[in-house]
Amino acid sequence: MEVINEIKFVMPSLSVNESTARAVVSSFLVQADPTVEELSDIRTAVSEAVTNSVVHGYRRGKGNIELTVKLLAGREIYIRIKDRGCGIADIKQAMEPLFTTAPEEERSGLGFSVMESFTDKLTVKSALGKGTTVVMRKRLGNHGS
Amino acid sequence: MKIDIKSEDGAAVAVLSGEIDHHNAKEIRRQLDKYIVTVQPKKLAIDFRNISFMDSSGIGLIIGRYKLIHECGGSLEVRNPQSYIRRVMKLSGIEKLVRITGDKC
Repeated sequence: MEVINEIKFVMPSLSVNESTARAVVSSFLVQADPTVEELSDIRTAVSEAVTNSVVHGYRRGKGNIELTVKLLAGREIYIRIKDRGCGIADIKQAMEPLFTTAPEEERSGLGFSVMESFTDKLTVKSALGKGTTVVMRKRLGNHGS
Repeated sequence: MKIDIKSEDGAAVAVLSGEIDHHNAKEIRRQLDKYIVTVQPKKLAIDFRNISFMDSSGIGLIIGRYKLIHECGGSLEVRNPQSYIRRVMKLSGIEKLVRITGDKC
């Protein structure tokens, strides 16, 4: 993949950083001139992934969340959200709509469904005790050029 | 995040302003639950016209309030979500539980 530009941003797993992550992604994407809908889709998907790290990945303590955003050739956006938290025991089950391990916090179990719907491609890798990495890709339209 | 609740004849409208994510859903939940339990409105409409962002945390928030207000004998309505917030609502299937109204609905 030909990388035109990229950023890496590391933040502690504080819930207030869910909006920080959205702001960072929004600022980076200005150069690609996305539509309001494209930007909204990406911001929502990023918010879901970071929230998963905060709520589930680091549920037993705090740690860092790494956010990488790349602008690739062909107006494709690559986003990686990585934590070194507790990991997911069963990724397939975790990705089922409405499945949640935190119903007491009113988690709807829709995080992965939103990520999947609002991006073109979603990949989740996880190892128990080691952490979880979510990669999302979305190609922007050529509306402005 | 700001919540403005107006009540008239047992029906209430809560206008939310700002962004709804996991971080600030807790405070919205606290304020709405306090109102529902104290006032026990027959009908509560949550107005999303001033919500600029919502992820699936907002779905948990709506379902939670739906359950609580039903326990208290009332009903819940969602008003005026922006189109991109409406997409999250649609994905969740929440429309089967809660009436959603507004210009773009």
